[in-house]
Amino acid sequence: MKVEETGLTRRALLGRAVAAGAMAVTGAGFIAAPDAARAMEVSVVSPAQMATLMQMARDVYPHDQVPDRFYAVSVKGYDAEDKKTLIDTGIADLDAAARAQGHADYLSIGWEEDRVKVLQAVEQSVFFQTIRAGLVTGLYNQKDIWPIFGYEGESFSQGGYIDHGFDDIDWL
Amino acid sequence: MATFDLNDDSVVVIIGTGAGGGVLANELAQKGIKVVALEAGGRYLPADFVNDEWDSFAQLAWLDTRTTSGDWRIAKDFSGLPAWIVKAVGGTTTHWAGASIRFQDHEWKALSTYGAVDGANLLDWPIDGAEMAPWYDKAEAKLGVTRTGDRPGLPGSNNYKVFEKGAEALGYKDVHTGRMAINSVEADGRMACHQTGFCFQGCKWGAKWSAAYTDIPAGEATGNLEVRDRSHVARILHDDAGKVTGVEYFDAQGILQMQKARIVAVAGNSIESPCLLLNSASSLFPDGLANSSGMVGKNYMRHTTGSVYAIFDKPVRMWRGTTMAGIVQDESRHDPSRGFVGGYELETLSLGLPFMAAFLNPGGWGRGFTTALDHYENMAGLWIVGEDMPQLGNGVTLSDAKDQHGLPVANVHFDEHPNDIAMRNNAYKQGIAMYEAVGATRAFPTPPYPSTHNLGTNRMSERPEDGVVNKWGQSHDIANLFVSDGSQFTTGAAENPTLTIVALAIRQADHIAGEMSRGTI
Repeated sequence: MKVEETGLTRRALLGRAVAAGAMAVTGAGFIAAPDAARAMEVSVVSPAQMATLMQMARDVYPHDQVPDRFYAVSVKGYDAEDKKTLIDTGIADLDAAARAQGHADYLSIGWEEDRVKVLQAVEQSVFFQTIRAGLVTGLYNQKDIWPIFGYEGESFSQGGYIDHGFDDIDWL
Repeated sequence: MATFDLNDDSVVVIIGTGAGGGVLANELAQKGIKVVALEAGGRYLPADFVNDEWDSFAQLAWLDTRTTSGDWRIAKDFSGLPAWIVKAVGGTTTHWAGASIRFQDHEWKALSTYGAVDGANLLDWPIDGAEMAPWYDKAEAKLGVTRTGDRPGLPGSNNYKVFEKGAEALGYKDVHTGRMAINSVEADGRMACHQTGFCFQGCKWGAKWSAAYTDIPAGEATGNLEVRDRSHVARILHDDAGKVTGVEYFDAQGILQMQKARIVAVAGNSIESPCLLLNSASSLFPDGLANSSGMVGKNYMRHTTGSVYAIFDKPVRMWRGTTMAGIVQDESRHDPSRGFVGGYELETLSLGLPFMAAFLNPGGWGRGFTTALDHYENMAGLWIVGEDMPQLGNGVTLSDAKDQHGLPVANVHFDEHPNDIAMRNNAYKQGIAMYEAVGATRAFPTPPYPSTHNLGTNRMSERPEDGVVNKWGQSHDIANLFVSDGSQFTTGAAENPTLTIVALAIRQADHIAGEMSRGTI
């Protein structure tokens, strides 16, 4: 089942946004899809759990200019048997923390700052720290994300930056 | 390329092939001395290096198990990674940025200059600037250091230009693009720098000096040096008279081998070198080899470091060009009126986006963190490197954890000294002021990375009771056992250590050759 079909993504919950198409998950988790798409095939975790993880990824490292598909890739690896216990208990604890703060569950909270308060309540947990630490590489080490931040990466293939602007600053 | 028999007891065995061991190996080989160099890591050359931060880290970094303790933030954020150093032929000379500056004269005499400092275990080196000057000359020539001899400086990058303008605004005078072991012109059969970035990942042009593709092949070409890579030394052996006789090591297939030796030189960096001496404990030396002073593993130093990154309203693109593109040296003086002894250097630094995400504020999350990265393109950065205090309680001990060969691994304990903290805070203030003077809209005092400058755990001393080795790096206890890396540093000084390690290795080779010809070892 796809997260989006269940209508459980926060976006769906908040107005039934139209999804632009299904993602094709290939190989180790590369997802090709239109930016608006949030659908993801899941096999071990539930669609609601995957939607929670994707929302959590965006709340932990929010970049408004970064499309959903990068966040999807960054948490796709948790749809695995050996992660099931971590995810089941972690999300149950996260939702419990949300209820303790007067919400129905984490995903249903409308404002980011309210979700952040819930995340802060579980910040010391193994679940939170595992997700956060995994995102450091899972999100920022996707090469396709680098141009969004202006980062150009390697230059060896073009002979270095010596003729490609290593000293071109003009505003000092 | 030479090969020597495991039972050849006439060879010098060198453990580690970095700035200390790699240089010592070549220098001895050039003098006609037979050397077997054992290197735990594999062999990678410029064509193999990967200009991608995490991929390169996986290729080159020392990732064997280590543990940490103490109040330093590394023990919390990177508990299994106290140091960011390399496991490969050439050691950390593949990773280093290339900054090659000499100790200042007073830094050889820290105890005499600073006086006793509470909680610190300061000591004067048994050598001084005059003694080292000719060896520094040789080291600078070997490394092709810019702004020494007739070698021109490197051109200034975007990151440097921001840094320079801020430094000048604060009135700093000693500001330049550094004395770097990076070719500014083609030299020594190696290309000039192409400002490619990724100096930390191994220079794909070979423009930066690394033992991996200079001293190691030069030594091998003499027919006197055999390098055995993927050979992890387990212990150093000795006879009943207390002389070392060889080493046991796990070869590339994981099989335990024994290589006999006339002399053993330890150069595995300041974590592995004392760990090996401690793991070599025997009934004759129950506290580990060369440890009658009890100083093996003690007095660990890592330099007082930290970074300042700052955001501007226009692009800087700091990643373009050499990683360390310039230096401010004005704060490296000893001036206790600043509230601490010793001094620090400020050197530009840049990280790519992936490493910036990992190191800007480890553990940080939420918009306070991500809005910093959002402006990555407009970021400039510098690194602080200053003298930290040797402390008896800081150091390497054997952990309960075991490595892939079943050997106890190093635990690295570090508590910060108040002098370290005062120095870092002063450097943060100055770095932020530099960038604000150029119009920075936001600045980040970034905590230290896992240690790249690991020093002091087999320190050099005049008196045997104060340290592990004498002024030649020769064990006080065992005449044919030497230490050849940064672990022999008595104190750390403010300068990046590689040039001094290389100078000491060249000098040590001269001493070893002399003693061998005199038949004393």
